[in-house]
Amino acid sequence: MTTTSNLWTNSDLRLQASRELPGLTKELESDKSERMERIEHGTDLFDEMKQRFLSFKKHKYMQNLELYEKLAKDQAPKFMVIACADSRVCPSSILGFQPGEAFVVRNVANMVPPYENGPSETNAGLEFAVNSLKVENILVIGHSRCGGIRALMSMHDDVETSSLIGSWVSVGMNARVRTKAATKLLNFDQQCKHCEKESVNCSLVNLLTYPWVEEKVRNGELAIHGGYYDFVDCAFEKWTLDYKESNPIGKSGKVAVKDRAFWF
Amino acid sequence: MGNLSQEEAIEGLKKLLIHNDKDEQLSKELETKIEKLISEFLGTTPHDCHPVRRILGGFQSFKTNKFDVYPELFSELAEHQTPKFLVFACCDSRVSPSNILDFQPGEAFMFRNIANLVPPFNQLRYSGVGAAIEYAVVKLNVENILVIGHSRCGGIDRLMELPEDGSTENDFIDDWVQIGLPAKAKVKAEFGHLPLDEQKRECEKEAVNLSLTNLQTYPYVRERMARKALALRGGYYDFVEGCFKLWEVKSIISTPIRS
Repeated sequence: MTTTSNLWTNSDLRLQASRELPGLTKELESDKSERMERIEHGTDLFDEMKQRFLSFKKHKYMQNLELYEKLAKDQAPKFMVIACADSRVCPSSILGFQPGEAFVVRNVANMVPPYENGPSETNAGLEFAVNSLKVENILVIGHSRCGGIRALMSMHDDVETSSLIGSWVSVGMNARVRTKAATKLLNFDQQCKHCEKESVNCSLVNLLTYPWVEEKVRNGELAIHGGYYDFVDCAFEKWTLDYKESNPIGKSGKVAVKDRAFWF
Repeated sequence: MGNLSQEEAIEGLKKLLIHNDKDEQLSKELETKIEKLISEFLGTTPHDCHPVRRILGGFQSFKTNKFDVYPELFSELAEHQTPKFLVFACCDSRVSPSNILDFQPGEAFMFRNIANLVPPFNQLRYSGVGAAIEYAVVKLNVENILVIGHSRCGGIDRLMELPEDGSTENDFIDDWVQIGLPAKAKVKAEFGHLPLDEQKRECEKEAVNLSLTNLQTYPYVRERMARKALALRGGYYDFVEGCFKLWEVKSIISTPIRS
């Protein structure tokens, strides 16, 4: 596991415009006992966390008491977002979701398993968001350099997965198959990038395998969108599922989309 | 300008939006501008109600205020992530740890599910959660795991209201929240005399403790805790009172008993 080359010290937590944000990332360290000491006591880390919470309370919570009192009673988010757990792609950060706006499920490689796979934490969240909260939009966001997708693309074709990562990312197997077929001439990194987007579409198709999702999409009460965040170039792509009753998406595995947008 | 108070200004602006007369309908552009002004007065983030414009605005703001301001950080993050934290939080729209604890890009590998539950280690089920723990602990070598519960949790509500006879209304939610049954049993035993709402509040915290216990059934978690390479903590965000509690998991080996 490579360590970062920049040196963020625990004590230097002030914003430096030239490079870094307050550091809760691991710094290059040579002393194992120092690391253990830090982990065991965690004082600097959690002091920083305390300051951040108090700052949130002072500058956001207390400044918007009416909003927070309203939210304390109930949430009515317009979005359900399914994003990767990757530390670099938090939807609140990159898309600016404020408290109350988005019900967010985060898992490895932002995958949505199909209905027939049975219960999981992801479809429990889906059921709650669609049936109880009645969100109007579902947005599945993929991203660049996804470790989960890389693991999916690296798996051997016929070997039983013994790791939990392998078991989970197998949900995206259709995306891998389609990617391998479409990108024979590309290198592995390029294939992974293709799969990152293909997997989002795979998840959109899987969303429609849930009867209560399909019904709402058909009635125009729910819109399903795909997104792709590229943090190398800082760009965001977005598209919307074009649901046509006469052309049921899912059976052929192809996805008809509309309203493509590319922001950079 | 006179002594127009902020409230009067907001009311005046709102009246412009309510106008029903077709002939005097405002253009969509003007409507958006007025909505933004009202938001500014209220001190809330002005946001577009149209979903796509909303996220476009959010992305542009992120790019301008963060990505372009810290190019070295983001080019480093593009190569790899080295978060110190694995965070478990609820999907609830009100409790994003990035908002309340201001986690910045690269700091926390974040898994969000209903009621921030962590099931015990199981190679056949719950591979979603397992994959996240395996990835964060084994591949990313995080130093801390933080499980954050919160007030008025819908998942805990459902857990506490699950019928005793085991019947279920919801295919997936009920199956998922059952992970919390040991926490519910403990709460019923200790706080069964309290009104249901208060029992729910206790269960929100007890479920965090249950998740912390379950985390220790993952072999790689246990192994790293034993050599002090990993620390576990629980948190509770109460957005009714506006407070945050934090506590730590510590193992104590007592002195041996001598005969």
